[in-house]
Amino acid sequence: MIPLFFYLGLSGILFVCGVLGFLIKRNIITIFMSIELMLNGVNLSFVAFAAHWHALSGQIFVFFVMVVAAAEAAVGLAIIIAVYRTRETLNVDQVNLLKL
Amino acid sequence: MSILTFAIISIIKSVAVVFVLLTAVAYSVWLERKVSARIQNRWGPTKVGPFGLLQPLADGVKFIFKEDLTQPYVYKTLYIASPIIAVVFAITAISVIPFGNSITIGPITTQLQITDLNIGLLVVLGITSMGVYGVALAGWSSNSKYSLLGGLRASAQMISYEVSLGLSLIPVLILAGSFSLREIVNKQQHLHWNFFYLPFGTIAFFIYLISAYAETNRTPFDLPEAESELVAGYHTEYSAMKFAMFFMAEYSNMVTVACLSTLLFFGGWLGPVFGPPILQSLLPVMWFCLKVFFFMFLYVWVRWTLPRFRYDQLMAFGWKFLLPAAIVNLVLTALVVAWKPEIWLVH
Amino acid sequence: MHLILFLFFGGICVAGAVNLLLQRHPINSALSLVVVMASLAGEYLLLGAEFVAAIQVIVYAGAIMVLFIFTIMLLNAGEEERTGKSRVAIMLGVPGVAIASVLVAWVLLRHSGTGDVALFALPGVPHDIAQLLFHDFLLPFEITSILILIAIMGAVVLASKPESIAKPSAAEPAEQEARELVASGRER
Repeated sequence: MIPLFFYLGLSGILFVCGVLGFLIKRNIITIFMSIELMLNGVNLSFVAFAAHWHALSGQIFVFFVMVVAAAEAAVGLAIIIAVYRTRETLNVDQVNLLKL
Repeated sequence: MSILTFAIISIIKSVAVVFVLLTAVAYSVWLERKVSARIQNRWGPTKVGPFGLLQPLADGVKFIFKEDLTQPYVYKTLYIASPIIAVVFAITAISVIPFGNSITIGPITTQLQITDLNIGLLVVLGITSMGVYGVALAGWSSNSKYSLLGGLRASAQMISYEVSLGLSLIPVLILAGSFSLREIVNKQQHLHWNFFYLPFGTIAFFIYLISAYAETNRTPFDLPEAESELVAGYHTEYSAMKFAMFFMAEYSNMVTVACLSTLLFFGGWLGPVFGPPILQSLLPVMWFCLKVFFFMFLYVWVRWTLPRFRYDQLMAFGWKFLLPAAIVNLVLTALVVAWKPEIWLVH
Repeated sequence: MHLILFLFFGGICVAGAVNLLLQRHPINSALSLVVVMASLAGEYLLLGAEFVAAIQVIVYAGAIMVLFIFTIMLLNAGEEERTGKSRVAIMLGVPGVAIASVLVAWVLLRHSGTGDVALFALPGVPHDIAQLLFHDFLLPFEITSILILIAIMGAVVLASKPESIAKPSAAEPAEQEARELVASGRER
C-alpha cells in the first residue's frame, strides 16, 4: 500500500525533467526526446489514477497517448531530417532565421 | 507451496532451461554445418568426435582463446554493451516458453515452463523488439562505415518485419482467446492445430515464418550480415568472444522462433501420450523437441537453398506484400470466427 | 515490498531522466530514455496494468526509441556544442519550471491524504481492456488509426528526397523530341 501521491510525485518529477530538457538542450533530437519524457510522465499519472479510482478508462487513455506520441515522433523525425538536409546542423540555435 | 520452495524450484528451472538453451544453440551450429555440408555434397565436421559432435566444444575453446582485438576508435561503452544486450534479450525470451504439461517429482508439482504469464506472447514480442538495439548499437559503436550501414539496414529490416510478424499472430489469438502460450497450445487438442485451420491458419503460419526469418536476419533476408556484402555488416569490427555472443544471440533467436512456431501453429507438446505418470510428463517434451528440431532443420534447409534478397526488394516485400497479406488474413479470420465460431474448415 | 519495488523502479526512472539532461551526446540521452521507459513498464506492472506495460515495451521502448536511435545514427549527430544564443530560454525557463514544480508539489502534498494504492490495484486484463476499447472507445480508436495513416503519409513525403518529385519534368523534353520526330516522319 503506497500513497497515491508517490506515483504522482514520480510523474511530476519526470514531467519537470522533460520540461527542463526542452528548455535547456540545444540539439533538436534531444528536445524531441524530452517531449517523449513528458508524455511518459503523463502516462504514469493516468495509470496511477486508473488504479486509484478503479476505472479502466485510464489505461485506455494511455493507449491513445502512446499512439499520438508515435505519430508525432514519426512526423517530427521526418521534419528533423528535412531540416538537416537544408541547414546541415542539428543545433536549434542555428536554425533561427528563415533565410538559409 | 511456500515462497522458499517456489523460489528454489524457479531457480532450478531457470538454470536448467538456460543450460539446455545454450547447449541447443551450440548444437544448432553443428546442425547447420552438417546439413549445409550434406546439401553441398561434402562431409562437414567429422574429425572432432564421432560425426563431429564435439565440434561446438572445439569452437567454444577457439573463441575463448582468440585474441580480443578492441579498436581504439570505437565508442568503448556501447561497443562492449551491444553484444551483451543482444545475448541477454535473446536468452530471456525462453522464459515464457512452455515445454510440456506439469511434472510431479515427489510432493512437488510444477509446470514445465519458467513462468506462465497471461500476456506471454506479448512478452516474447516485446523482448524481440528490444533485441533490435543490440544490432543497431553494434553498428553505431563500431565507428566504421560498413558497420554503420550494416547496422542501419539490419535494424530497419527487423523493425519492418516486426509489424507483419505481430499482425500474422493475431489470427492465432482470435482462435485461442488468450495471450498465454499454455492456453494457446491447450486449445489445439486432438489435431486441431492452428496450421490446419485452412486457409487462414496456414497463411498466418507462412507469413509468420517469413517475417521471423527476416527478424532473425537469416537467409534469404541476411543481406546485412552476408560475407559478400558490406564485409560482415554490423559485426565487422568484433572478434573472439564478442562475435561469439552475436552468434549465440542469432541462434537463440532462431530457437525462440522455432519454439513459437510449434507452440502457436503445430500444437506444441501435444502428441500421443501413454504409460506411467513420469513418461506422461516426459513424452510431451519429446514431441516438443522433435517439432522444434524440424523447424531448426527447416531454417538451415532454407538458408542453403534460396538466394538472398537485395535490400530494396526485401523492404518492398515486407511493406507492400506481407503487411497487406497479414491484414487481409486477420480481417477474414475475424469475419469467419465471428460468423461461425465452431467452424473447422478441414475436419 | 510494494514500497521497495516502487523505489527501485522509480529510482531507475529518475536516474535515467536526469541522465538524459546531463549527457551531451544524443545517443546517450536516447539510451537513458529507453531505460526510463523500461522502468516505467515496471511501474505499470506494480499497478496491475500488465497489458499497458507490455505495450509500453513493444511500442515505446521497442519501436519509437529505435526510430530515434535510427535518426541519430543516420544524421551522425555529434556532441552538443554550447552556443550562447538562447540564454533567454534558460534564464526565464529554469526559474519558471522551478516555481511551477514547487506549486505542483505543494498542491500534491496538500492533497496527500487522498488514499493508498494497493499492489496490482487494477488488473488490466486484455479481455477487459478490449471490451472497453472496442465498445465505449471505438470512435477514438478509429480516429487514431486515421491519425497514424496521416502520420505515415506525412513522414514519407517530408523525408523523401527532393529529386524524386522533380523527375517527371526531366522526362518532358525527351517526350517532346520523340513527338516531333514521329510528327516529322509522318509528314514525309
